[in-house]
This record gives sequence, C-alpha cells and structure tokens, in this order.
Amino acid sequence: MPRIPWRRLAAGERRWAVLGIAIIVALWEAGHRAYGDFVLPSPLATLAALGRLAADGALGPAILTTARDACSGFLAATLAGSLLGGIAGRSRPVRAMLQPLATMLIGVPAIAWVVLSLLWFGGSGLAATFSVAVAAGPVVFSAATQGTRTVDGGLRTMARAFRVPAGAMIVDVYLPHVLSYLLPALGTALAMSWKVAVMAELLSGTGGIGDGLATARAEVDTAKTMAWVVVVVALLLVVERFVIEPVRRYFETWRRGLPGEAA
Amino acid sequence: MSGDGLVASGLTHGFADVAVLDGVDLRVARGAVLAILGPSGAGKTTLLNILGGLLVPEAGHVDRPFVRPTFVFQDPLLLPWRTARGNVAFGLAGKRLSHAERHARARTMLVKVGLGQSEAGRYPHQLSGGMKKRVALARALAVEPDLLLLDEAFSALDVGLSREMQQLVRLDAQERGVTVVLVTHDLSEAVRLADEAVVLSGRPGQIVARLFIDRPARLRDDAFVEAEIRRIAALEVIRDAFRPTLSG
Repeated sequence: MPRIPWRRLAAGERRWAVLGIAIIVALWEAGHRAYGDFVLPSPLATLAALGRLAADGALGPAILTTARDACSGFLAATLAGSLLGGIAGRSRPVRAMLQPLATMLIGVPAIAWVVLSLLWFGGSGLAATFSVAVAAGPVVFSAATQGTRTVDGGLRTMARAFRVPAGAMIVDVYLPHVLSYLLPALGTALAMSWKVAVMAELLSGTGGIGDGLATARAEVDTAKTMAWVVVVVALLLVVERFVIEPVRRYFETWRRGLPGEAA
Repeated sequence: MSGDGLVASGLTHGFADVAVLDGVDLRVARGAVLAILGPSGAGKTTLLNILGGLLVPEAGHVDRPFVRPTFVFQDPLLLPWRTARGNVAFGLAGKRLSHAERHARARTMLVKVGLGQSEAGRYPHQLSGGMKKRVALARALAVEPDLLLLDEAFSALDVGLSREMQQLVRLDAQERGVTVVLVTHDLSEAVRLADEAVVLSGRPGQIVARLFIDRPARLRDDAFVEAEIRRIAALEVIRDAFRPTLSG
C-alpha cells in the first residue's frame, strides 16, 4: 500500500487556504440546496448576477465611488489619528484630555455616525467620508498614542546624548517603534473604512456599492445582493494582500529572525 | 582654572528621596583619563550622567567646556531596527555629512572595533552581546568626541577583546587629546587606562579615595598593572569601599 505523504501535503500553506475557501463554497452550495433560490442563491447564480452587474456597467463606477469614499475617510482618519496620537503619546495632559474622547467615539456605533452625517451633510458625498473618518480615526489615534508612549526611554536618552536633530529623532527613534503599533491598527481601520463606506452609501443613495445593495434589496434580488457582498469581500482581500501586507513587510524587515518571528 | 577640563563641584543628587551622591568634587584636566571606581549601587552611573549633562544635579555645578561629549552606555542601546552600520551612522546624524559619508565613516569605525562587512549589515538581535558593545563603542568614537564618557564599556567582552578595545580607546584618546571619564568596577581596567581614579563608596556616594597612576599609559605592562592592583587593593579605604559587595 503506498503511503500518503501527509507531511508534504500539509506543508503548502496556499493549499490550506484553498481548502478553507472550498469548504465555505461547499457549505454555501449545501445551504442553497436546503433553502432554495430565494433565501440563498447558489454560488453559480451569484457569479452570474455579478457578471450581469459588470455587463451593465454598474460595477466599475460603484467600486470607484466606494473606493473614493473609503480611502478619503481612511486618509483623514490616518492623518488626524496619528498626528493627535503622536502628540498625546508625548504629552500627559493632552493624553488625559483626548483619551476619554477617543473611547467615547469608539463607543458610538458606526451606523449612528452614518445617520448623523446624513443629517449634517445631506446627500453630498461628504457624508460617507465623514462617517468613515470619525469611525476609523479613534482606532488609529489609540494605536499611535500607545506606540509613542512606549518608545524605549533608553533609546531616547541615547539619542539625546548624541545630540541627534529632531528629524532624525522622529524618523529613526520614534517612527519604527510606533509603526509596529500603528500598522496593525491601520489594517483594521482600512477594513473598517470599506464597511462603513458601504453602510453610508446604502443609506444615502449617492452611488457606490452600498447604493447597489440598496437597489438589490428594493428589487428583492438575493443573487444581486450576494454579488455585491462578494465584490466587497474581494476588494477587502485585494487591498489586504496588495497594499497592507507589502507595507507591513517593508517596514518590518528588521524583525526577521527575532525570537517569535517567522523567518 | 575653569575653562580647561571638566570641573565638578559639590554634586548632590537623589532619586525618590534616596540620596545617591553627596557633595562630589572632581577635576579632570583636558586630555586626561579619569576612572570612577566603586561597588555597584554607589552612584557611578548617576555621576557619569551628570558629568555628561544628561542629568541635572539637585545641587552642585559642572563646568563642561567641551563641544562633543559622547557616551558609551552600560547597555549598548542600539536601535533594533537599524543594522550595526546604521546604528553607528545614527550617532553622526547631527553632523553635516551626506548619507554616504556617514555610512562610509561607520564602516571604517566598525572595522576598527573588529567588525567586518558581514557583521556591519546585521541587526542588533543578530549580534552577540560583545559585538553590540563594540558597535556602541564604534558609534561613540565615530563622532570624534572631545569628551568620552564610558559606562562599563568593556564589561561584556572577553579578556582579550576587552584589552584590545581599551587599547583602541587609549590610542584614539591620545591621538586627538580626548578627555575620558570611565566608570568601572574592574580595577585592572582603571589601572591600565586612567591617570587618576576616584573611589566612590556607600550610599549616598562620596569620594573616599583618589589614586594617581603616574606612569604613562603606554608604558604600563602586565607586571606594572599587577603590582599596581596589588598596591591599591591593599589600601584600607579600598577594602572598606568594596566590602559590601565582597560580603554579598
């Protein structure tokens, strides 16, 4: 009897990822068979709906609009969050003042921000951007504060002893440490940005994937709804794989071979 | 007399109500080497940090007519995200040099402390303790200091290497007339390098002895060092000062 090379089969990480996706699709198909087309359209029907969306010319503009909403909000959140967080990490009074504010903002449900920003900014594109910024900002802020606060005091003293200029102090002493806190938070914030952007678009009806979802809902078209969900998930995966991961890898080369880090 | 050399008078300092230094007076002539000896916890590092201007004493005054004071700390304090070369170059960040010049100087200095091309490109966590110490020393020497403050700079090195590094510091100091203050608990290190040694003792730290080593450093051979250590170790004040550590 030929022996199955389990060890070699188990080695390929990509193989396991494919297996995981295959299981999800199989469960989806099983659900479709059990509950029928209306509740859960089959993966194939969803793909067909996606194809129709693309053929209609609805897909491209929707993705662009959502990307614009998510990215503009994310950018604002990143800039304001890291700047204020950096200051709060260095100054105890500023931290004492801003930290409760951030906690409060995190506590407000994202959907509440969407409703408020619709009331404030009406149907303009600003509503989505604002919701995203205000939902993601505090997450970035907290990470930046924590990162700046925990910079090694010994390294700061060393830099002071060598009379290093402020620019080098920030770039060489603070930034690499802060990034190890900030990058994971930025990953979370970016994922959050897409979701909140879609949510805002769904309620505001100013175009984008959320608007498409709203239309699909109005038409009671489950396949189309599923198709839009697939689009959002695919976008998230693409951004994670081609933006967040490479950035993280670039800034953390020095960690290679540290205890507890993969080589 | 002030204006030439390092002069400290009446230094008193404490942390959280514990007195660490009490009325310390020091004078180091320009180009001279002073060793600060004493048992651990006697306030040697605190004194060094005050002399170098990293710490402001509660009382007393330091006259420090130097342009480029530099430290080698007890911990190497290397940036974990910079290679050995990058760390040495970081010490030069305050100088008006191009990036390439900084790195070229860093490479040269690393070779002087015995670290070659392959070590220069490694990150601190890929270096041994002794290598890290040498990178820290290279970082300090690369800025061409006029005042060099060494805090147990040679302590993590094995005997041969530590002698080599001491030699390097001595030659560099002589060549450029660097004033050196070194903290150590190793009597032989003091005898090999210093023109004068002060012994700190007790808590709060006070100077209990001042020793002068007259023979020029380059003429001190092993026999001289050994004899000198024996002579110093036999002194009553030294035995008293080190007793707390000897008896645990």
